[in-house]
Amino acid sequence: MRTPLGHVRGLGAAKAGTEHFWMQRMTAVANLPLTLLFVAVVVALSGSSHAGATAMLGSPWIAIPMLLLTLSVTFHMRIGMQVIIEDYVHDELLKPIAIMANSFFAVAVGLASVFALLKISFGV
Amino acid sequence: MDSPKAAPTGARPLSPHLQIYRPMLSMMMSIVHRITGGALYFGTALIAIWLVAAASGPSAFATVQGIYGSIPGLLVLFFYTWALIHHALGGVRHLIWDTGHGFEPRERELLYRLTLGGSVALTLLIWTVGYLVRGGAG
Repeated sequence: MRTPLGHVRGLGAAKAGTEHFWMQRMTAVANLPLTLLFVAVVVALSGSSHAGATAMLGSPWIAIPMLLLTLSVTFHMRIGMQVIIEDYVHDELLKPIAIMANSFFAVAVGLASVFALLKISFGV
Repeated sequence: MDSPKAAPTGARPLSPHLQIYRPMLSMMMSIVHRITGGALYFGTALIAIWLVAAASGPSAFATVQGIYGSIPGLLVLFFYTWALIHHALGGVRHLIWDTGHGFEPRERELLYRLTLGGSVALTLLIWTVGYLVRGGAG
């Protein structure tokens, strides 16, 4: 027996189901406390010297939440921008290109931040 | 003949869209949530650049601190702060809605006002504290 669900599954704009919705919420919840800490770190480092900034960012108490934030934010922003692209880009060639570019940007920003944080932690 | 998958061309009727509705707080806040999300998306590059500069050494860090500390840089960072807080508070509103609460007209309006007022107040607070820290550091 073939239910009507089988005719539509995978045919939406995203070609996928509710996992994005759930990941968007989960990363949103993770982002809230981590962002609070991030804002506090940036405020504390306002006008700081290089030595002061690397000392704070390299401390495990700061570096580990900053790494978690990077992971959560880049995931959250990637699926968020994907929804925006799916809403406004309808060209069947342009849409996958935009979705790819979105992933490239999110991964590049995330990896650069992780690399920088680890380098600061393990010694400049 | 037209294939069923062809994009709409010519004067085909469309469903009513944004330009037909009177702007309301609810729809403006929804639009602003998406715009701030999009702005924050590109803004993360600024944070990555700042971190990479700190990892590169004192001279690269001083260059980036100089650019971010200039008047245009501070303006971007100020609006970045507001977008971050506004999007975060808007996210909390959505999480409240996800539990099935806060959908009554009065509750909705209150949540919108708290998001908007809270984002402006918290942004000003963060920047005031930032300037006090900076002043304290000499």
